[in-house]
Amino acid sequence: MRVAPVVELRSVSFAYPRGGDVLRDVDLVVLPGEFVAIAGPNGGGKTTLVRIVLGLLAPTSGSAWLFGEPAASVSQRRRLGYLPQRAQLRVEAPVTVREVVAAGRLPATRLLGRLRPEDRAKIDEAIERVGLAEQADAELRRLSGGQQQRALIAKALAGEPSLLALDEPTTGVDVESQEALAELLAHLNEELGVTILYVSHEFGAVERHVERIVLVRGGIVFDGPPGELPGVWHDPSHTHV
Amino acid sequence: MFELEFMRLAFVAGAVVGVLAPAVGFFLVQRQLSLVGDGIGHVAFAGVALGILLDVSPVLTALAAAAVGGVAIEWLRSRRATAGDQALALVFYTGIAAGVVFVALAGSLDVGLFQYLFGSILTVTRADVALVVSLGVVGLAVVALLYRALCAVTIDEEGARVSGIPVAALNVTLVVLTALTVALAMRIVGILLIAALMVLPVTAAARVAWSLASALGLSIGVGLGSVVAGLTAAYYLDLPPGGTIVLVAAACVLVTAAVGGLRAAA
Repeated sequence: MRVAPVVELRSVSFAYPRGGDVLRDVDLVVLPGEFVAIAGPNGGGKTTLVRIVLGLLAPTSGSAWLFGEPAASVSQRRRLGYLPQRAQLRVEAPVTVREVVAAGRLPATRLLGRLRPEDRAKIDEAIERVGLAEQADAELRRLSGGQQQRALIAKALAGEPSLLALDEPTTGVDVESQEALAELLAHLNEELGVTILYVSHEFGAVERHVERIVLVRGGIVFDGPPGELPGVWHDPSHTHV
Repeated sequence: MFELEFMRLAFVAGAVVGVLAPAVGFFLVQRQLSLVGDGIGHVAFAGVALGILLDVSPVLTALAAAAVGGVAIEWLRSRRATAGDQALALVFYTGIAAGVVFVALAGSLDVGLFQYLFGSILTVTRADVALVVSLGVVGLAVVALLYRALCAVTIDEEGARVSGIPVAALNVTLVVLTALTVALAMRIVGILLIAALMVLPVTAAARVAWSLASALGLSIGVGLGSVVAGLTAAYYLDLPPGGTIVLVAAACVLVTAAVGGLRAAA
């Protein structure tokens, strides 16, 4: 029996108004439980591709499907966790780690009123999972870049997503935190079955955990296991060829 | 001072607005939308003028006009068809221009209009206070019920949209709450100073708060404290209440900025 894809792009092209083509004729299928790295040079269309997958951008032509429904109107949005590129809070007042993570719990709980005890437990669990239990009540802006990024990942995890999309999650993050993030994502993928789309122009520690690399340069120029990546493309961020 | 009924009524109405204005303004300021309160205030001016022209309660026409103006600002902002500040400018000027035309048609450029522009808290009646208290409680209840959802959109609007939070509905609710606050507060501090009571207490609180929740609590404390201290000072020093309340709130910003600066240096 065919497993229903989590993500399916059919002949997707995208161009900004008055701009050139960003993506041309992209076909992509991501199955449940896959850990997929979306790689390529800056400006190659990685972020555009993920935003189309999440229904934030409509393709110029072709169609995007999420959980078997059109991505723009998918009814199961609470199953999505998303960490945007260069994510940072633009809030004037101080915000604690716990408050940030609680915001990510909202899709999985009721919209109105106070948090239920089980939701508080899930928030604590997400904070512990990223190793920030001791900083739970600290102001986010007083933490290091790596810790801030981990807090935002905990926010994406707090809603218990079945698809987690991370766009350049290691930008500005020290090597030690990159290792911790890679281990965390591998655990989520292997033990909880979370499907992961990991967008980056560099892989670092996560490379040994992904089972599939999709190389994007205006279209998909490679889609397969990391071991089969042609040597000339082995640094997926390169701008040649 | 409390032996005088008009002062008792002024304190009750002022206290409700002193709590509601920063509670609603809190979410505008956090999202760099501080001027939305001002924009909606300008549209409320057109509503007041229309009420005078049609001989209908200016509070109700101001509420209706402010709600329509707020939704228009949010619609323009969310469609990104017009840059945020241009959307505000469009609504600002249209509101003021419509107000001037309505006032001219009604032939009422007089004290009746000035009490809405600059506030006239000492002339509020029992009926005014009943309206302010009942609608104010409704507004505060909505903020309390939606607190977590409004925080989630404040912290990460796009992330909330991706995961299915009804962001557009929450944004419209926020501008309608803003319109309600403007309509209720215009007799207290005046249309020209309403936004100050929505913004300054929040600005003051952000300097010394340690979390989002504490910032909201302190904002409400500063708003309420400004109204109480401002009204008291206005009574004993024979000053205009609206302006005095806002000057107290502005002083709070300076004090907390100094405290925050000292704390950071320590």
